[in-house]
Parts: sequence; structure tokens; C-alpha cells
Amino acid sequence: MSELGDLYQELIVEHYNHPRNLRKVEGANRSVEGYNPFCGDRFMLYLRMDNGIITDIGFLGSGCAISKASTSLMTESVRGKSSEEAQSLFSAFHRMLTGQVLSDQERELLGDLEVLSGVVEFPIRVKCATLSWHTLRAALEGQKGTVATE
Amino acid sequence: MSAMSPAPRRRASLVDSPLLDVEKIRQDFPILRREVRGKPLVYLDSAATSQKPQAVIDALVRYYTTENSNVHRGIHLLSEEATQEYEGARTKVQAFLNASSPQEIVFVRGTTEGINLVAGSYGRQNLREGDEIIISAMEHHSNIVPWQILCQEKGARLRVIPMNDSGELLLEEYERMLGPRTRLVAVVHVSNSLGTINPVEEIIRLAHRQGVPVLIDGAQAAPHLPLDVRKLDCDFYVFSGHKILGPTGIGVLYGKASLLDSMPPYQGGGDMIKSVTFEKTVYNDIPYRFEAGTPHIAGAIGLGAAIDYLSAIGLDRVAAYEHQLLEYGTERLSQIRGLRIIGTAREKAAVLSFVLDGIHPHDIGTVLDSEGIAIRTGHHCTQPVMARFGIPATARASLAFYNTKQEIDVLVRGIDKVFEVFS
Repeated sequence: MSELGDLYQELIVEHYNHPRNLRKVEGANRSVEGYNPFCGDRFMLYLRMDNGIITDIGFLGSGCAISKASTSLMTESVRGKSSEEAQSLFSAFHRMLTGQVLSDQERELLGDLEVLSGVVEFPIRVKCATLSWHTLRAALEGQKGTVATE
Repeated sequence: MSAMSPAPRRRASLVDSPLLDVEKIRQDFPILRREVRGKPLVYLDSAATSQKPQAVIDALVRYYTTENSNVHRGIHLLSEEATQEYEGARTKVQAFLNASSPQEIVFVRGTTEGINLVAGSYGRQNLREGDEIIISAMEHHSNIVPWQILCQEKGARLRVIPMNDSGELLLEEYERMLGPRTRLVAVVHVSNSLGTINPVEEIIRLAHRQGVPVLIDGAQAAPHLPLDVRKLDCDFYVFSGHKILGPTGIGVLYGKASLLDSMPPYQGGGDMIKSVTFEKTVYNDIPYRFEAGTPHIAGAIGLGAAIDYLSAIGLDRVAAYEHQLLEYGTERLSQIRGLRIIGTAREKAAVLSFVLDGIHPHDIGTVLDSEGIAIRTGHHCTQPVMARFGIPATARASLAFYNTKQEIDVLVRGIDKVFEVFS
């Protein structure tokens, strides 16, 4: 039960029921689809990049609580950041979900994203949590089309 | 004598006594005694794979402990014993399916390989450009993709029998599809994601009227319904051992002897030949022609033990008991607000696929798992079925004769918990 409580923390359920930035971004200049065939999670991620800064970000689609909340939290945390800052945020996030010990600096960087740390106890759900981040990275690298987790 | 009228007597005993002594049956399945996440295991994923009774586990251990050796052509005693057991398993399968002869029973890895064998051998031999194969809207990917591959290779066309909102095939559409270009019909007996029991006898009859052979995917039927391939008059019937209490990696392709005999080999290798020179190979008789290489001997023996176990209980009693479970489960789940059952055919096996308003099936699965309840979530390898119902996935509780009404009650409490977590 405690593990389950760690997974479905209040903030995650709240972001799942009321996702932030669930919209197509006006004037988006990047868009990539993320697809997790295992769950059927499918999100379209929209970014507006101005001079290497993510000035706006939104998404549409559906998925499980973990993937949707993770996407919602991600959009909140990367808006206004540079491409490089977003990439280092992803590496800290990825280190957290693979059960590695985080530095204080990384924890500070992650902020609210730390609510997803409970996913580490549910290995098959790690892909749910990282789907949107892989999609974001593809978008930042200028890729198009669909990113699949398997 | 009793041989004159066995059926009425059996039916009478159904009414007079409880269908099954489930508590006793559960003791035969050691895994059902274990705990999961500190709770007693409630195993509701038998459509993915069934649990194994001790008799099957013992058969595997006994074979490897006392008889292990390679079958056919062995000159020593162990090989003779192993061959007898392996071929004995074939005879058990024959009796189980009421096939005419053991040579109609080909051991394969599972349903998937059985279908691929028919597609690769019979299909490749008989399909021409412009020909048609008919499947249904509720097929498992394993009864779609082999035919797609074949159709692409041959320039043939795959046609799909549609279904209604309950998950029942539209037979009048099927009848219209059958035509001079139809070369094969391949249809699932019981749907793994909806539970629908298809009217395969009628499907076969209609195809035969046009001289078209029929393959039945029996992966979900063999563990739950009494089967008689001669009565069905199907041309091919395939099922997997692991869904019918047996080991993984073993399955059965039944084919009418005349058809199997006309088919070229599927794989080349040892055991499937009579003689080999570099110039010419003479293939073996059926069923060995289709069993290249050392087979899964232990698997076949384990499957034989599974069939013995199941036959001793009786598939008619299993089916009747599981139907009671299905009715009870359907009633309980239907009372839950915000739950929708996917698959409501009149003729159904004990599969309860469902979705909850606003909650993704994977989250349902994770919460139930924390309660010790094993269900399956996802598309169940039937993505076209999910698309038909406009959903990405379902949560699926699939029942077997070792399940109880109490376990369905645990499931219902688990679903309450799911709503609690997401409220």
C-alpha cells in the first residue's frame, strides 16, 4: 500500500485529473508524437521555440495517470527554459527513475518532478513516466514523426 | 446399457450435485497458495496463461528425472519410453478433440505457430493473386498477421467479417463475402478480449457450402468448452498447451488427414524426412512431416497430463461452472457506477473486459496488483478490436474453473479501491 501511495501521490492524481497545458500551441514550430505501444499512451507534443528557448509548450492525447501527469508536470517545468536546460533536467529525471542517488543540486532542479520518484518501484511504469521526455528530446533535436518507447 | 444414453445421465448429475468441488480443485494448483504483495493471490489472468496443477508439474519432473532421451529411432530403452510417452500424448490430444486419427495431430509451439504453419504451407500452396482469405474483426494479432504476410506475398486480399456493438459477428455480411475467390476462412472460436463464443459450426457450414476450408483458432476455447472437431467439421483447429493447464512452448495443430497429406513441409530438418540425398529428399508422412527437429517432448507429455486432469473433471462441468462465475461477475461489475463492460455477446466465455470512466486500464491494473489481484490490461493483442470500440485498452479479468465467487468479490472491492485512489 505504501508503494502504491508513493506511486499515485496526490499531485500526480491532481495533474492527471486536471492536466496543465492540454492544448495545441498557437504558432508551434515543433511537434512530435509520443507513443507507448505497451499502454497505448499517445501524446502529441507542441513546442514554440524562440532563440533556443521553449517559449510555449502544450500537448494533446490520452494515456495512463503516470504518463499524463508526467507530461503535464513536464510542460510546467520546461517552459521558459533553454534547450540545454531542458536536456539536463531530463537527465536528472532519468537518473531519478533509474533509482540513482541524486545530488542536492539535481533535486533542486527537479522540484515538483520529484513526485514521480515512486515510479522507480514499478519498473514497467518507467516508460509511462519518460514517454513525454523522450518526445520532448526528439522535438528539441528537430525530429518529426512519432517516438515510440518499444 | 449406459452406452445407449450417456448424455441424459450426465446432465442429470449436473443438476443433482454441485458442479465442482472448487476448494479441492484449488489444492491441486500449488501457485494458488502463494501471496502477492502480502495478499492472497487472486489470479484472474487465465486467458493469458492458465495455472498448472501439480499433476502437470509432476509429469515434467518425472520425464526429466527418469525418462529423458530423444524420441524416434532410438535403440535404447529410455528412447523407447520417451517415444511411447510422446506419442501417447498425441493420442490423448486426438481423443480430447475427437479427431479421427493421431496422424491428424501435429505438435507445434503454440497457436501462433500452428496458424503460421497453415499459412506457410497450405496457404502458400493454394493462394493465387486476387484470391481472398476471410478473417473476423475480433481476431488476435496471431490470426491476422500471418494472413497479411501471405496476402502481401501473393497479391491476395484479406477480408474481415464485421461485428456489432456487443461483439457478435455479422453472419449475413460473412455470407456475402464468401465467393469464388475465397480460399480460406480463419476465425477465432472464443475471443480473448471480448469473450464472445462465435457460432463456428455455422461459419464452417457456410464456408463448406462453397467448398472453402476453415481454420479455427481455439486458443481460448480449448480450455473452456467441450470440443469435437469431427462434429464441427473444421479443417484445421489450433490451440496452445499453456492456456489449457499445460506447459508453455507446446501447442496443437489439428488438420484433416486429407488436407495435411496434401501440404508441403513447413520447416526442413531432422524427423520430417524419409530419406535424404544431396539430390533429393523424400518427406515423411503426416504428422512427422510437420515436426522438424527434436520436438518439445516434455511439453507434449505435460500437455497429455493436463488433458488427463481436465478430462477427469469434464469440460462440460468446467463450462457450466465457469458460466456461473461469468453470470455472477457480470452482475457484480454491472452494478458498479462508471464501469462499462466491453463485450456483451449473448454467447460468452468467462472473460470480463471493462473500462472505468476517466481511469486508464493500466492504472486499474497497478492498483489491483497492490491488492494481490492479477488481471491483464492493454489491447490484448487485438488492436483492431480496441479501435472498433474506440478505446485504447481494457482491463480484463479472465476466469477459470479454479476461480471462485469470493475472488470476484475481492475484484469488486479492488475496483472500489481504484476509484478511491483517483477520486
